[in-house]
Amino acid sequence: MPWTPDQPLVRLADVHKTFGGGVEVLKGITMDVMKGEVICIIGPSGSGKSTLLRCVNALVPIDRGSILVEGQEVNDPKLDKLALRRKVGMVFQQYNLFPHKTALENVMMAPVHVLKRDKKEVERQALALIAKVRLTGKEESYPGELSGGQQQRIAIARSLAMNPDVMLFDEVTAALDPETVKGVLVTIRELAEDGMTCMIVTHEMGFAREVANRVYFTDGGVLVEHGPPKEFFASPRDPRTRQFLDQIL
Amino acid sequence: MIANRSDMAVIKPFRIAAAEPWRFTVWHGLVLVAALLVALGIGEAQAAAAEKPGIIATILKWTPLLAQGFALNIAMSFLAMAIGTVIGVPLGLAQISLLPPVRAGSWFVTQFFRNSPWLVLLFYCMLLLPFEVNIGGTIIPLPGWLKSTIGLSLPVMANVSELVRGAVRSIPFAQWESAESLAMSRGQTLRMVILPQCIKRMTPPWMNLYAILTVATPLTSVVGVSEAMTLTGDILSSEARTELLVPMYLYLLLWFFLYCYPIARATLALEKRFQVR
Amino acid sequence: MLHETSGIKLTIFYDAFDRARFFNGFLTSVRLMAVCLVASVVIGVVGAWIQGSRLRVLRLITQGYIQFFRNTPPLVQLYFFYFALGSYLKLTTGNGIAVPIVSNFTWAAICLSFYAGAFNVEIFRAGIEAVPRETLEAAESLGYSRLKAYAYVILPLAFRISLPALNNNLVNLIKTTTIAYAIAVPEMLYVANQIWSDESNVPEMMNVLLITYVSLVGILVWVMGRWERGLRIPGYSPA
Repeated sequence: MPWTPDQPLVRLADVHKTFGGGVEVLKGITMDVMKGEVICIIGPSGSGKSTLLRCVNALVPIDRGSILVEGQEVNDPKLDKLALRRKVGMVFQQYNLFPHKTALENVMMAPVHVLKRDKKEVERQALALIAKVRLTGKEESYPGELSGGQQQRIAIARSLAMNPDVMLFDEVTAALDPETVKGVLVTIRELAEDGMTCMIVTHEMGFAREVANRVYFTDGGVLVEHGPPKEFFASPRDPRTRQFLDQIL
Repeated sequence: MIANRSDMAVIKPFRIAAAEPWRFTVWHGLVLVAALLVALGIGEAQAAAAEKPGIIATILKWTPLLAQGFALNIAMSFLAMAIGTVIGVPLGLAQISLLPPVRAGSWFVTQFFRNSPWLVLLFYCMLLLPFEVNIGGTIIPLPGWLKSTIGLSLPVMANVSELVRGAVRSIPFAQWESAESLAMSRGQTLRMVILPQCIKRMTPPWMNLYAILTVATPLTSVVGVSEAMTLTGDILSSEARTELLVPMYLYLLLWFFLYCYPIARATLALEKRFQVR
Repeated sequence: MLHETSGIKLTIFYDAFDRARFFNGFLTSVRLMAVCLVASVVIGVVGAWIQGSRLRVLRLITQGYIQFFRNTPPLVQLYFFYFALGSYLKLTTGNGIAVPIVSNFTWAAICLSFYAGAFNVEIFRAGIEAVPRETLEAAESLGYSRLKAYAYVILPLAFRISLPALNNNLVNLIKTTTIAYAIAVPEMLYVANQIWSDESNVPEMMNVLLITYVSLVGILVWVMGRWERGLRIPGYSPA
């Protein structure tokens, strides 16, 4: 059955994941993300948020259930992981830039090596992306010469260079100095306003309220509740959600 | 330096095992004993077939001689370590001197002897030192083993010098500053604050250096010192029995293992103890 | 002539025969060093690759090889190769004289390459392991295949991490090549020994020898140091 844009871009159904030590981190997660939608996933540490994103990108295999990205089953041994990852961009907490390459090279590497695109054309796009994340002038800097926030914005540009259909953000501001957080959040918000489908794991509640179409709260490997940000933050229904929000707001 | 302005390391801190000091472990001993037993077994069978005296009996017969040779190895290692340390420590301190010529000179000497092959240094001392020296009317003879001991002490000296320099530099600069703020002179700071902390850090690598030196003493057999390795060769040629060759060399290795293994254990224990600060 | 005025007998500078002898010895030494440097690095790369393979047998064999060569004195290894293995590898010619198939030089080259190679395997493997798993994940999430991620990201990083330890090991290798003297490879030390026996100019030859070796090691240290600085990653200083 071919996928059409009116169906969810990412569809999770009853996703289970247990790690080697017998710890069940995902206990049946179900959610749909439509094209152009921005969802934020919040919840206490260790509630399986990061694992969830990793599963969508096939970095972590799931035990049970189904994950569909554009109608393609991720939990399929015959899956072409590389094809999937071209559609799904991911940004990590620790940025994970390649330290031996300049900012520009970091952005250009994957399109040139993986997509085999023309170098000149990729460079034009990469320069535009670096301008988009407001780092024009830092093209020739190495990651070690950039601040954490700058590195993270380059990491976002690096993922965007692959022209993904959905972007995954895994606590991208958690490791940053407070003064550099804002620049990264602005970049993500602009991306969302451009219509990029985003799945964002975050601890920034203000940001989630502002940018998300829908907020999900996970605790202990299950989805406790979800809803539009206004309702969700104003009147959480579940006591666990209320307790969590009380603690951090 | 802008390095790591963000605390997130781009590359994990790491230690390269091969760069860690080499040392004897209990496995070496086990493998050695196993190999020796197998070699003895095969040798005994060959000896019995040829109706010659048993291998074990032959080895035991020569053990006193071998022990004499081995005692020389130990003596050489002690002496070379002592000479190397006594000269190496001041040389290392000279490397952190405030006087540029002293610093440059001691750096050059250290690098020169660190980068010279041990065997070449052995030949150098063996052939160029006189067979006796005259100090104030007393004639001190310099036998071959003593000359090669001096040859061995040169690289030891250079390594000790580097150890001292590295240890002093590893002490946080704040220690110097706080000592200075207490109006201590540079000499006092070194003597009372820096060096006592260095000794702790230097002891394990210094012991390692000793183990490496001990295992290197058979090198002197190449320049003709009658130490254990030379004697083993002599014994083998006087016995002229091929089945003796492997057991005899393994037996010799076992001697070195038995001597060096406790040192390796002690070094490890010290390192562990000093790590908990 | 220097010799007549000062008594210094540097025959290698004015005696054509000695000069040729010493020059050949020098070339032999340099050749031995060059062969061992290249071969040991190749062994290191291949070994590190095998260490990461899925075949347990292969891993165990490599592990055994590393342990053997790391834990025995190189002089003993050399004797073992030359006397034990060398005695089997002989051809008997028509007139009944046994001719070794493998020359002394080759034995020394093989032995020393394997000796330094064992350390190189460990060095390269540690370098690969020091690259964070997250870096591999980042490459994979960008659509890199495992092989491409290694070629473009992991190995270039691992090599830079390994370089300082590799330098130390290669310098050590250069110094260790002198033990080829023990199996009569006509390298510098051996030739110098012949010259000072013939000319009785031990002090002169000894000094020439020492300076030559220290210079050779110095050149290697310098070249590798420059290379290390050239490859240094800007903004990153190792802990």
